[in-house]
Amino acid sequence: MGWRHLVSLSLLLVFQAQAAEEVNVYSARQAHLIEPIVRQFTEQSGIKVNLVYAEDGLAERLKREGRLTPADLVLTVDISRLMELVDADLVQPVRSPSLEQAIPTQYRDPEGRWFALTTRVRGIYSSKERLGQLSTIRYEDLADSKYKGRICTRSGKHQYNVALVASMLAHQGEAKTRQWLEGVKANLARKPQGNDRDQVKAIKEGVCDLSLGNSYYYGNMLEDANQKSWAEAVYLNFPNQADRGAHVNVSGVVMTKYAKHPEAAQRLMEYLVGDQAQQLYAELNKEYPVKSGVALSPLVASWGQYRADDLSLVTIAKHRTQAMKLLDEVKFDL
Amino acid sequence: MASSRGIALLLCFPLLALLIEAGLSPLDLLAHLWATVLPTYLLNSAGLVCGTVLLCLLLGAPAGWLMARCQIPGRRWLNWALVLPLAMPGYLVAYVYTDLLDYAGWVQQSLRNLFGWQQPGDYYFPPIRSLGGAIGVLSLVLYPYVYLLSRAGFAELAPQLIESARMQGYGHWRRWWHLELPLVRPAIAVGLSLVAMETLADFGTVSYFAVPTLTTAVNDVWLGYGELGAAAQISLGLLALVGLTLLMERVSRGRQQRYQRQSLLQPTAALVLRPIVCVLAVGYLLALIVLGFLLPCGVLMYYAWQVWDGEWPAGLWDASFNSLQVAGWAALVASIMALLILFSQRLNLKLAWPRQWAGLGYAMPGTVLAIGILIPLTATDFGLNALLAGLGQPEPGLILTGSLFALIAAYVVRFIAMALGAIESSYGRIPPSLDMASRALGHGANSLLWRVHLPLLRRGILTGALLIFIEAMKELPAALMLRPFNYETLATLVYQYVKAEQLAEGAFPALLIVAVGLLPLLFMNHYLGERKS
Repeated sequence: MGWRHLVSLSLLLVFQAQAAEEVNVYSARQAHLIEPIVRQFTEQSGIKVNLVYAEDGLAERLKREGRLTPADLVLTVDISRLMELVDADLVQPVRSPSLEQAIPTQYRDPEGRWFALTTRVRGIYSSKERLGQLSTIRYEDLADSKYKGRICTRSGKHQYNVALVASMLAHQGEAKTRQWLEGVKANLARKPQGNDRDQVKAIKEGVCDLSLGNSYYYGNMLEDANQKSWAEAVYLNFPNQADRGAHVNVSGVVMTKYAKHPEAAQRLMEYLVGDQAQQLYAELNKEYPVKSGVALSPLVASWGQYRADDLSLVTIAKHRTQAMKLLDEVKFDL
Repeated sequence: MASSRGIALLLCFPLLALLIEAGLSPLDLLAHLWATVLPTYLLNSAGLVCGTVLLCLLLGAPAGWLMARCQIPGRRWLNWALVLPLAMPGYLVAYVYTDLLDYAGWVQQSLRNLFGWQQPGDYYFPPIRSLGGAIGVLSLVLYPYVYLLSRAGFAELAPQLIESARMQGYGHWRRWWHLELPLVRPAIAVGLSLVAMETLADFGTVSYFAVPTLTTAVNDVWLGYGELGAAAQISLGLLALVGLTLLMERVSRGRQQRYQRQSLLQPTAALVLRPIVCVLAVGYLLALIVLGFLLPCGVLMYYAWQVWDGEWPAGLWDASFNSLQVAGWAALVASIMALLILFSQRLNLKLAWPRQWAGLGYAMPGTVLAIGILIPLTATDFGLNALLAGLGQPEPGLILTGSLFALIAAYVVRFIAMALGAIESSYGRIPPSLDMASRALGHGANSLLWRVHLPLLRRGILTGALLIFIEAMKELPAALMLRPFNYETLATLVYQYVKAEQLAEGAFPALLIVAVGLLPLLFMNHYLGERKS
């Protein structure tokens, strides 16, 4: 039976692939954010976008699929995830004046192998009631014994925290970073658990007074009926404003090495840094658009200007393994 | 039989792929972990498995005995209600209990209002996000395995054995301890080993409860360090643990072989419990149902009701259909394979390795298994493409990994252990004399399978298939990683809502997972509850 079946199936697949213009995307970014953006793209360009959403494992899938992969683009968060794809030689360089114009140089690869689409600050949330706004706080202060038993965080080995630790390693070296991690661990009110929002909730409940968390959660919680009261119990502080600036991470996109629809894929990439998509990122998820001149969400704008750490993202990615090892060595999560 | 060897080999491919992956990687990352966090993870895993197995035994086996052997009011109803928790995904139950029991939850709020406590420091409340919490939640959803298998075991005890023990003057307790328990022990052991493997492979519940276990290590190593080889090494360590446990159970049973004739006699009269004991028993059974099913389900319904605007969330029907499709195929394929493997073993008792190896996928964490599936399947895809290209045909691309095939294959490998267990325990009740008789009467192997075994194994096959169906409906990590483009199952839909903190919207697909899982569960229970001889 199978033989003829197989041939006709294969012909069908090939035929389908040529029938309409389309782009296949592996997305570690969530559907509720990506779908509205992609819908507009399809309306304007007529290019269909097919998606698989998964936070983990898509890089491995891409690797195994090799030159047969159907995926044209990968959307992901965290610079280490982008560099992982680059280092595994799974991406191809993209030359595009509109991408290069829209994205500042520190947020893209000089060879065009990865492009950031949005940025986010790893902030420090503080209890309005018990600490107030802490405009001069530094990441280093979290190890200060005056905060003993007052700090909450998610797992140290979550990629957002690993990137922060990696940036500390790059700035201060291993000995100081280890000391800092041990200090923070000693100050924790409870074992690392939950996500960034859960820590803000814990501040509201009085479990702790300070927490680490990405900036956009503040805005997203304020717009969620159930979580509004959590966010209203805290201030978002941008750390290290008087010195190197706050740690910034990115979400980004790469084109796969064996993309079958490179032109359509490039059009989607260019659309993602266009005003319309950048504004959607800002409004839907309260992130900072990577393109300058695009309006922030009014809410995000109300948090004010901040100074970003200008440490290169690639340097942060290079320190990832060292950061993981250090976190294990100080048994941060245990 | 060649087919059984072939099937077992196919099922072992993911394992072999991981073995190679593990063998090719240096051990230094493992050494680093061993010097830092791994001992703690190992202890947590051991504690989690021991605790969950023990609690499932304490919850499930007495329930099985009560329902099989005693007169219980509301028996017909309780009989199927006790299986309901099986339809609840563990990660959802974990979420619901955290919502109820953590600091901001309803329970602690009420206590604070009652006693006037102000802050967390004013009183002690056991933290739900802990090892104990994880053991409790996993036991609540996994005890039905032990219940189901022990109930079947107790119900099928040959009445003449019990009657003769009674005539020898053995009292209730001695009969129970010296006769019933040893006879039912293999069934209970199968149930407990399913629990143990499910617990070892769990990632969703333990990560939600911030209890780092060996699966945490697997995830850390793979995603944090980017070292797939080391992740494979740890997974294989997990498997070795499972293998060891199973081996110990087998060795302790020794070389006993038990065959019971299916009896034509009416089952022994059900024990009549004293009123006070009866009330306690019913209370205990009800508590299991409420805690494992009614309460979490009620909370989910409450969430759903809060956002109900008369419209189902988008994509719900597609996802339901997809879930049904994948779970159905997985159940069908796995049952057929399990039957063939066990039938070959029946014909040739020395051919034991296919059965022993085929079921190991159950103890692999879903993510690792997904990679284990990807490695041989993509290799096959490349082979197919090369073949077609050689024949001058256009390259078809990824036929296996680009389609549902990969996901179904993953579920077959992961869940075939259930079909093997269920069919094997049914086989235990067919005396070999029956095989000999039919062979003597001139039946060949095929005829033996179709006309003698198949009708007698019906229950076992059905039980296995339905357990696989329900598990596949709930499965998450492999579905996330292996599904084709634009393809959502109910479980992946729930996951996305939960990730986006839209828990109320996520309650709809969650309830559908439960509802779709319920149908076969009720059917199975009805079917198993009838004692046709």
